[in-house]
Amino acid sequence: MRWIRVTHGDNIPWREGRAVSLDGREIAIFNLGSAPPDAVDRFVAVDNQCPHKRGPLADGIVAGASVVCPLHAWKISLVDGRVERPSGSSGPGVRTYPVRVEDGVVLVGLPEAAAAVGKDGMNLQNCLSDYAFLQDRRLEPPCPGAGACVSSNADNSG
Amino acid sequence: MKKLVVVGNGMAGMACVEQILKYEPRFRITVFGDETHVNYNRVMLSSVLAGEKAADDIIINSREWYGRNGIDLRVGVRIVDVDARAKTVTGDDGSVTAYDTLLLATGSSAWMPPIEGLDKDGVFAFRTLDDTRELIRRSGPEKKAVVIGGGLLGLEAARGLQMQGCTVTVVHLMATLMERQLDKDGGRLLLQAMERLGIRVLLGRSTRAICGRTRVERVELADGESLEADLVVIAAGIRPNVELGRRAGLVVKRGIVVNDFMETSNPDIFAVGECVEHRGVCYGLVAPLYEQGKVLAATITGHRGAVYTGTVPAARLKIMGVDVFSAGDWDQAGADHIKYEDSGRGVYKRVSVKDGRLAGVILVGDASDSHRYMDWLRTGADLGEMHGRLLFPPPSADAGLDVAEMPDSATVCGCVGVTKGAIIAAIHERGVNTLSQLKECTRASTGCGSCTSLCQDLLRAVAPDFEDDAKKVICACVPFAEDRLREILRSQKLKSVQEVLEIYGNGIGCEVCKPALSYMLDMLWCGDHEEDRSARFINDRVHANIQKDGTFSVVPRIRGGVTSAAELRRIADVAEKYRVPMVKITGSQRIDLLGIRKADLPKVWADLGMPSGQAYTKGVRMVKTCVGTEFCRFGTQDSTAAGIEMERRFEHLYTPHKVKMAAVGCPRNCAEATVKDIGLIGIEGGWQVVVGGAAGKSVRKADLLTTVETTEQALEAAALFFQYYRENANYLERTYDFVERIGIEKVRKDTVYAPEAVREGLLDRYRKSKARARDAWQEGQSPRHPTQFAPVEVLG
Repeated sequence: MRWIRVTHGDNIPWREGRAVSLDGREIAIFNLGSAPPDAVDRFVAVDNQCPHKRGPLADGIVAGASVVCPLHAWKISLVDGRVERPSGSSGPGVRTYPVRVEDGVVLVGLPEAAAAVGKDGMNLQNCLSDYAFLQDRRLEPPCPGAGACVSSNADNSG
Repeated sequence: MKKLVVVGNGMAGMACVEQILKYEPRFRITVFGDETHVNYNRVMLSSVLAGEKAADDIIINSREWYGRNGIDLRVGVRIVDVDARAKTVTGDDGSVTAYDTLLLATGSSAWMPPIEGLDKDGVFAFRTLDDTRELIRRSGPEKKAVVIGGGLLGLEAARGLQMQGCTVTVVHLMATLMERQLDKDGGRLLLQAMERLGIRVLLGRSTRAICGRTRVERVELADGESLEADLVVIAAGIRPNVELGRRAGLVVKRGIVVNDFMETSNPDIFAVGECVEHRGVCYGLVAPLYEQGKVLAATITGHRGAVYTGTVPAARLKIMGVDVFSAGDWDQAGADHIKYEDSGRGVYKRVSVKDGRLAGVILVGDASDSHRYMDWLRTGADLGEMHGRLLFPPPSADAGLDVAEMPDSATVCGCVGVTKGAIIAAIHERGVNTLSQLKECTRASTGCGSCTSLCQDLLRAVAPDFEDDAKKVICACVPFAEDRLREILRSQKLKSVQEVLEIYGNGIGCEVCKPALSYMLDMLWCGDHEEDRSARFINDRVHANIQKDGTFSVVPRIRGGVTSAAELRRIADVAEKYRVPMVKITGSQRIDLLGIRKADLPKVWADLGMPSGQAYTKGVRMVKTCVGTEFCRFGTQDSTAAGIEMERRFEHLYTPHKVKMAAVGCPRNCAEATVKDIGLIGIEGGWQVVVGGAAGKSVRKADLLTTVETTEQALEAAALFFQYYRENANYLERTYDFVERIGIEKVRKDTVYAPEAVREGLLDRYRKSKARARDAWQEGQSPRHPTQFAPVEVLG
């Protein structure tokens, strides 16, 4: 396990997520807010890709310890990465990463094996939503299989 | 005409006056009320305290009602003396008013037990709207409240104070809660239910003193225990206000004594309500007031004949989730008792039968069956054949069956006295389809409200076009219907989503309720709320429309679809500079730049130098226009100028769902105004304003709201509808569903044809919201949070 100092906790507001690129992986870090008695902000980290159609989970609405993907409202547990909706979904969930906080800085633990280079061989330090990466993603064919869209937030008209 | 003076502006007095007004006019009526309010539903004060209703919602008769009926209303004047010989009453303002006939409806007051320190600041009776408002003002988290008295009123006050955030203890002198209505077993289950709500209950304890310097600090019990307290509510019972009866020389025992015709011992003086004693009984409930009022109205207007023979007492606890109902005499000597207890579910029933007829009933934990028992009590039905089946209703095939089995003569609303037959007549003869129409038409379900579900069932079974106006709840996180929730947020002055979720929901929320609550708070407080971006959909966090690949689309506002060469040049420059993958003319005369990265949004907006087109949100979209009189040879009105002005007035505001508009210069309708949420249609010499049109998932021709002469009048009509929709539609309800649900007639009545004060109210709230509304894209230059748009820099 290799711990990477990501950012100060203040950079991730309560009940929101932010995407970061770490070792070529795009990871979503969420601040679930603080709750008594310990009153310490609770952070969690998962892969920033919905298993349905690769939606950016960091942009989802947080519901307790789950996040709702902004594209088609799939609901993913931020505790274990399981798909909570659509219910009965048997496919893979998302990968979760250990997180700890030191002096207000959020650290994410990556497995040693993955501590290699990113997919394009870039030194992936400071690139959020890297443009090439997004281009890359756009060119890939849409994910096959069930297109369960449970969203009510369709706003694609001009 | 004779002069009728009514002392008391409460429920009993005004219910009686309503009945008197049904006869041919005979009186000039003057009403004195010592409170400064119009007539309101006192029974509902606990709902106001609990935040379930706003003070305005419990008004029964508005000032217009008094005016319309020629009633001289004198509020804030307490009558202190009656001279029965001179036939005058004297007010505490020194006024002397002569009467031919006097009606005393003075009600009752809280009984104050002999406790030291009742004069301390912070001690309240819970009888009036002013008491309630002051209790709400002084309540809150950190506050400790002690309620003295564990009867109906005390328990409702306790729950209300707790809903206001207080930590509440109830001190009750007797060993059983609501001991007048419940036996030991029923009281025990009620105790458990109250404790489950988090209310501490001390039974069999008497209060010695209320202590503190000037304000209440603590309550001392007779056994020495001391309770910290910031607020003390005395709810130890009521006592009839008989002082004026005494001064008038009437026969007074506990109450002012009346006979079956509701006559007192003086032929020119009548009395009604909680201040009277009839056949030895003083009532403190709402149903007898109406029954007495009807008889009194007949007697006083010269139609003496109807008699009042007493009312079966029935009480219902109005605490959500704690069903308690008690009626009749459940402890009558010689009666048989049938009992049922399910301690797991907290349900208890006791049915007492004497000589084959129901004598009394107690229901705790499940009072859904109360109506059946009430009917048996009222009619004295012979239960011989029913024996053995008294505890549960007969199994019914469907929900409508129960009401179908009721005879037409059965009373549905016990408070106002409305029978099933009267309700069916209203449905068939007066076209009643909703509960609110039924209330307006028959007054059923306007008293204690316990017959609401029965009225709904009747409507569902009989009304051809029944509409359930108790709308479905937003979601499981906040289990309230939206109109109810709006009332709660308004009366509780809640301003943040998280606060609402914590107090009225599961504390967590989801992607359905969070955006809905965000909208409601923004609308209710005209933008002066605590904006919580985590409760918004991503589009409303970054003011752009998320696409399937996680990029965003940008649609600048081009008002009325009218642009310029310079603007188009800037758009072209942006498209090149940011290598925008697609530039598209939209269906509504605008330009969409697709495929922009979140981090680039602020730069794109700055380079465009145009305001947000709100294409990503539930807000004001665009106004599509035709060229109108400016160039078109058929145009009759300047539709581009009107459209641009309409867009300027509404832009940057949020709405329950998107609002698309159009303005056309003639009925050829080139910009398709008849299928927009709001459309202005130019005609010779004026405008038609149409609303509720659609050409999307559904297609619907807009309804005509009004026809006016000037552009300014058209814009005002549009603004009235716009704000009315913002305030009354459910979240994600388009205008075409909203107008259809409400009905265009009602929409007109509530907007363009509403009284001036109502129209001004709508426009005023619209203006307030507008004054606070900002172009969301300004956040590009001053983000709400450092990483709202900018990437998180990894420390490494």
